[in-house]
Amino acid sequence: MTMPEAGVSVGTTRPKMTARDVKVSYGDIEALKGVSIDVSTEDVTAFIGPSGCGKSTFLRCLNRMNDTIASARFSGSIELDGHDIYSPDMDVVQLRARVGMVFQKPNPFPKSIYENVAYGPRIHGLASKKADMDAIVEKSLRRAGLWDEVKDRLQDSGTALSGGQQQRLCIARAIAVNPEVILMDEPASALDPIATAKIEELIDDLRGRYAIVIVTHNMQQAARVSQKTAFFHLGTLVEYGDTREIFTNPKQPRTKDYITGRYG
Amino acid sequence: MTEVAVTPNGMAGKTDLSAAPTAGSSDLSAAPTAWNSDEMQARIRRRYRQERTFKGLGILALTIAAGFLVFLMVTVIGSGWNSFRQTQVLVPVTFDAARLGIGIEQAKADPRALSRANFQGVMADSVERSFGDDAQLVSDGAWLALRKAVEADPAIIGTTQPMWLIATSNMDQLSKRQIDLDADQANRPVNDFEIAAWNRLEADGKLRTVLNRTFLGGADSVDPELAGIWGALKGSFLTLLVTLAISFPVGVLAAIYLEEFAAKNRWTDIIEVSINNLAAVPSIIFGLLGLSVFLNTMNMPRSAPVVGGLTLALMTLPVIVIASRAAIKAVPPSIRDAALGIGASRVQVVAHHVLPLALPGMLTGTILGMARALGETAPLLMIGMRAFLTSVPQGLTQPATALPVQIFIWSDNVSRGFVEKTSGAIIVLLVFLLTINSLAIYLRNRFEVRW
Amino acid sequence: MSIGFVFLVVLALGGMAFWLGRQRGMAFAVAGGAQVGSVHSRPQYHGAFVAIMAVLPAFLVLAIWAVMGEGLVSREVLSGLPAGAVGDSDLDRSAFLSEVRGLVRGDYAAAFNPSADGAAVAWKLASARYGLLFGSAALALGLMGGLWAWTRLKPDFRARTRVERFMMILLVVASLVAILTTFGIVASLVFESFRFFQIVSPAEFLFGTKWSPQTAIRADQVGSSGAFGAVPLFWGTIFIGAIIAMIVAIPLGLMTAIYLTQYAAPGFRKVAKPVLEVLAGVPTVVYGFFAALTVAPAVRDFAISIGISNASSESALAAGLVMGVMIIPFVSSMADDALTAVPSSMRDGSLAMGATPSETIRKVMIPAALPGIVGGVLLAVSRAIGETMIVVMAAGLAANLTVNPFNSVTTVTAQIVALLTGDQEFDSAKTLSAFALGLVLFLVTLALNIYALAVVKKYREAYD
Repeated sequence: MTMPEAGVSVGTTRPKMTARDVKVSYGDIEALKGVSIDVSTEDVTAFIGPSGCGKSTFLRCLNRMNDTIASARFSGSIELDGHDIYSPDMDVVQLRARVGMVFQKPNPFPKSIYENVAYGPRIHGLASKKADMDAIVEKSLRRAGLWDEVKDRLQDSGTALSGGQQQRLCIARAIAVNPEVILMDEPASALDPIATAKIEELIDDLRGRYAIVIVTHNMQQAARVSQKTAFFHLGTLVEYGDTREIFTNPKQPRTKDYITGRYG
Repeated sequence: MTEVAVTPNGMAGKTDLSAAPTAGSSDLSAAPTAWNSDEMQARIRRRYRQERTFKGLGILALTIAAGFLVFLMVTVIGSGWNSFRQTQVLVPVTFDAARLGIGIEQAKADPRALSRANFQGVMADSVERSFGDDAQLVSDGAWLALRKAVEADPAIIGTTQPMWLIATSNMDQLSKRQIDLDADQANRPVNDFEIAAWNRLEADGKLRTVLNRTFLGGADSVDPELAGIWGALKGSFLTLLVTLAISFPVGVLAAIYLEEFAAKNRWTDIIEVSINNLAAVPSIIFGLLGLSVFLNTMNMPRSAPVVGGLTLALMTLPVIVIASRAAIKAVPPSIRDAALGIGASRVQVVAHHVLPLALPGMLTGTILGMARALGETAPLLMIGMRAFLTSVPQGLTQPATALPVQIFIWSDNVSRGFVEKTSGAIIVLLVFLLTINSLAIYLRNRFEVRW
Repeated sequence: MSIGFVFLVVLALGGMAFWLGRQRGMAFAVAGGAQVGSVHSRPQYHGAFVAIMAVLPAFLVLAIWAVMGEGLVSREVLSGLPAGAVGDSDLDRSAFLSEVRGLVRGDYAAAFNPSADGAAVAWKLASARYGLLFGSAALALGLMGGLWAWTRLKPDFRARTRVERFMMILLVVASLVAILTTFGIVASLVFESFRFFQIVSPAEFLFGTKWSPQTAIRADQVGSSGAFGAVPLFWGTIFIGAIIAMIVAIPLGLMTAIYLTQYAAPGFRKVAKPVLEVLAGVPTVVYGFFAALTVAPAVRDFAISIGISNASSESALAAGLVMGVMIIPFVSSMADDALTAVPSSMRDGSLAMGATPSETIRKVMIPAALPGIVGGVLLAVSRAIGETMIVVMAAGLAANLTVNPFNSVTTVTAQIVALLTGDQEFDSAKTLSAFALGLVLFLVTLALNIYALAVVKKYREAYD
């Protein structure tokens, strides 16, 4: 009996996103050497691994942000709800609304808080009347846990908020276009511990409504927020499984070495 | 930059370097430096002297540069401020209907007939009656004031009215005390008759000096007292309008394409080098280009603001492209990533996010480019905008001239009256340039965002 | 109908097309619901697509009309004339046509050529006919284009993609204009110079020492020597721009940069730099006037006072001095950049050894900054030799090969201006020689610029 490929879920519900044999190279450098994994809506998935192992690269494949890098070459297949996202008739603009991204360093637009959140719905035509837009903005800010702090100053500039608030604003901005998946690339690494705790709390709130994938170099964080964990090393997916299993009883020796701090 | 605290004359008694090494130290090969010896002290003093001289040279250089600027301004303003004043002579003018060739009723009924009436003759008669004809006192073109008066009130035909008429350039210069009265008659531009006549007028109170509306509101003329810069100003304005309308959109769009969308390969490198070089090409070369392409090949109307504007646009285009590219480059990539991540298309990212943030820098660059174009003379000379025009240009395809070209044309003329007008025109040009540059600096300080 | 009128109608058509397309787009959006992906593009993109498809063909027709219209009408009018009414040469024909145009516009009531009146009537008729032809073609194409586009609209029609592709084409066209200017310059200069070199040999031009650009109109005309040796011009350009001006600009520019970067307090620097920038912003015609008015007579008086009796009032020294002052800000700013780029660790190291600031500057910083400074000087030289107005107004037009700064010399740029003002026939060697001079000027400044920028770039990279 062949072992199921690491990362491929064994279950009956179709996963939200599936990746098969994804290879990425930048010029001559192979960043990903054949990664296969499933992402589901019920569980928060964490990608862990030492720096340069390809986890951020793989994350950026999921919403085709690697297209913006001229030297990147992609092969393999990634499907969202069964549709190949790299096929020519997949509109990358719609893809990026359905698969949202939060970046490592908070990057709000130099506009007002309201406008930051409203920008996405506006360009995608999700609200035709101001009342509808107001509702979307409020809903997104509430879901991101920021509403109470900013409801009286929606016209203030988004860049005037603290680091943690800015990151939650970026999360609200991603939520506003009704995504199905939210990708987070080390969302708390630029924040202080209190702000980090707030973000982790938020991730837990969002679980189940959106499929969340979080890249983190902080193993304790991965252990806290995720239900499924994938360990990347040198461009390959070494091990994938329930978070508790990975951290208490990893099957692969490289995983064990990483978890116990031998390297990383 | 921290100033190293060296005292001007070496040892001010702070650190005592004169102590000999203590007995316990090992005797190394070199003897310790004798800081206190005479020759060392002399040397240090000399080095500080050199320092002072060097620093003084720097201040001298700055003073020379600033001094030249001050000297230039003082000379220009000194010789030019008089151009804003105009001397007028009081002449009792008899509006003789017969000499004019038109009566009161006719004047009231048909205003166009006034353009054919003989105001020149009426003026000549009145001047001769008042002053005799041994000296030219009143300008040849002063009769326009008479026509204006009759247009305003035809009833003065047949009466004698005291009129203030523009004086000739020589009278004007005498009033402005610009002529050296002690020089020999052969070396003076005015002869003794004229001086005597002027003295008489002065004594009789028949001279006055007022604001020179003709200078600011009139077109060029052969006589310096009638020459004005309005024609040149309008020509400059029309030319710059064409320049702005062409170079700003094309420059901004080209910068956006080259910076945001074009692939980064050898071709774009060559393009960048060629645009950088284009910005440093002497302006007269663009004049040659305009001459051979616009005038000869495309047969556009010579001396027209359209052609001048096109030529200057080609000259300003690289400047705008370079400034716009720098402004676009300054927008951080994190903003672009955020917009892309939301699902904006590349064009939307540029239009909604990059362009608004880069706009202040682009505008500053454009305004500075326009200021440079305003002061350019050589290219416009090449395409023929140096025609002598006594009427104000009417449109983009009519012959026109520009302010710096007008300055150039007038500068050839050695009569004192024109020297004054040339300087006056320079003052106007400098005021405009100062305004434009200040606007650019204000924009830059107010709106440019620092990341 | 006139071209302006049709232009406005086309614009109105475009506006209406936009509105209709947008309405349809909004209907799609309402039907599809507010879901990402239900309708591909927002309504404004549907509207823009229809508008572009309507306006573009119409504008194309208008452009053709603008370029060819007058030619077509002229041709028809000329062919309708009786034989012999107009002379055969191009000059006669174009003079006749401008008379006709003047009559049509109402500029004058009568013309010299008797056939002009009849021709004016024919002109008006032909104009009207062509106007109708082109105008209706433009409108028809516009309507068809708009209609076709409107029928293509569907909820999943990728209007935004189409519109964005059109905008990209616009961007590319704009870039091409910017790039083609360089080629245009080179092409026109080379072309005209080539024609010149068919009349005068390149060797005589580049190495001859007699410059007297007359061309004979008649074979027996006196004074039609026509020598085109440009060496005196090259020498004059170098003498004024690269020698005298640089003697003024390099020391002053360098010392001001040194003082401002090494000694001046920040407040002082903030005031002094704008003063230098003002110096750079004064138009060259003002410098020229000032040079002719004040500096040249002063130089001549000085020359007379030290015994040179035949000094002219247009001298190389006057022009060179003023040009040097004009160039000071360029040298200063490039030297400023070069000195600032030297790592402060180098400066600190020298000061820490007990060197005075001036010794540090002279022995450490200037040698370190030298490539950048040299690059700046080369750029300044390039600017100086391309300068026109100062030399035209203060240095004169006498092609002298002299080292006496109190004499008048002329430069390449001044000669270009002199050759091309006044009456010109475009085929004479005199006029074409201006283009040959322009070509030499362009190539020399290009070489200086490329080299200088490369030097400065390499220098910066060494310290980054």
